[in-house]
Amino acid sequence: MSNREGEGCPKKICDAAQANLSLPVIAAFKVFQQELDTKHDKYEHLVKISRDITIESKRSIFLLHRVTSLPDAEDALNEADVKLDGVRQKIGQIAEELRGEDIYQFHRAFTPGIQEYVEAVSFLHYIRHRSLISLEEINAKLVFMRTEKVDVKGSAEAQPHAAQVLTFQVMPSDYLLGVADLTGELMRMCISSVGNGDIDTPFQLSQFLRQIHDGFSYIGNTGPYEVSKKLYTLRQSLGKVEDACYALRVRGSEIPKHMLADVFSSRTTLIDPDEGLV
Amino acid sequence: MSVTEMFSYIQGFLSADHDVREDIRKVVQVLEQTAREILTLLQSVHQPSGFKEIPSKCAKARELFCTVQTQMADLKTKFPVEQYYRFHEHWRFVLQRLAFLAAFVVYLESETLVTREEVAQILGIEVVREKGFHLDIEDYLAGVLIMASELSRLAVNSVTAGDYNRPLRISNFINELDSGFRLLNLKNDPLRKRYDGLKYDVKKIEEVVYDLSIRGLAKEPEAGGDK
Repeated sequence: MSNREGEGCPKKICDAAQANLSLPVIAAFKVFQQELDTKHDKYEHLVKISRDITIESKRSIFLLHRVTSLPDAEDALNEADVKLDGVRQKIGQIAEELRGEDIYQFHRAFTPGIQEYVEAVSFLHYIRHRSLISLEEINAKLVFMRTEKVDVKGSAEAQPHAAQVLTFQVMPSDYLLGVADLTGELMRMCISSVGNGDIDTPFQLSQFLRQIHDGFSYIGNTGPYEVSKKLYTLRQSLGKVEDACYALRVRGSEIPKHMLADVFSSRTTLIDPDEGLV
Repeated sequence: MSVTEMFSYIQGFLSADHDVREDIRKVVQVLEQTAREILTLLQSVHQPSGFKEIPSKCAKARELFCTVQTQMADLKTKFPVEQYYRFHEHWRFVLQRLAFLAAFVVYLESETLVTREEVAQILGIEVVREKGFHLDIEDYLAGVLIMASELSRLAVNSVTAGDYNRPLRISNFINELDSGFRLLNLKNDPLRKRYDGLKYDVKKIEEVVYDLSIRGLAKEPEAGGDK
């Protein structure tokens, strides 16, 4: 088929078209190519930053889990602060990249990192304050100062600098998903605190987790669909924590402290996986 | 702020978001209806009797596009203009359809490739995002690719209707389009998949041209291409 000879052979026209870049269609597509390349480059750059954010946030979370077993908790907390400051700088880079853009166009690129950051920063907040960090508090820390050179034409002097404020606003949906992931970490914190002989934390956590779970139940299906998926895991986490409290209450005085953690990990949860949302 | 208060606030946000999307859905449904009317109108050019009526069908289609413009103006009022991509998924499909229909009309009228600016003008929207509700470049390209499939069908039906020259012109046009698309660096996304279908359109049209040439049914196209 491709060896066809004939008048008006399309393949000849095709080659001629490729050679003749001034054809309007070809010229138009060259513009499209540049536009698409620019957009893809920006998207990929944001994906990279998001990955860095995810890694550093996860490391902060691991660090925070070690807090309960460390003699000097305050040091570890400060170290986590520093780490998360680094993450915030990265979020500043995202804000730079998104300047003048529609942030929703690139949301899928950076949402994983942002969710992980919310998880980390809310975990730190809980350890310090025993409360849930609000979206406002999170966003308040995501304000960045940039100095921009102001181009003063015809001036022979040094260019003046103008301060510019750049913000990044975490979306409610990302906040919600980050908090959903937080509950998994809180469950782990509960189990490990019992292993350390701390029998107060599980009861505090149980109450806190229940509030969060109730909040998610209230939202139900109206949130992003990923929330519904995470709700199942959340119920399991809550179940484990509630079982821990039960065991502590009923049998806590009987069991040596170093065996308490074993008791909880072997208990099976009684949550029915098919139980859907109310 | 307590946990309960936080979730209450979020619920309020989600509720408002839900309402906006409902509003958008309603307008998009209306747009889809109009798009279907334009499609039905233009599909009739594939019939043997339809070929003579192309100019009048194009004119009628343009009238229907005026309705589209009104409906687009309504859609624009349903959400803040700087959140285009937040809700883009709702109208992506219909906008691609409309881009295809605009491209098809322009092709039937002048046998050229409609530009992004022309499509935007026909639909009553912008090209540049900063200026307002705009035509995303990938939606424009998707519309063009849908048109390519339509043209491969048109080539076949032209022959059946006795027009042996049109397929050659379509062939030149599609090949030029293919060269253009080859310049793009596409990711593995829906646009890329749609573009993969273009080679089948090219092949189909080549076969039509081949069938005509070996039987001596087709005259050589004029020098200078398909304008």
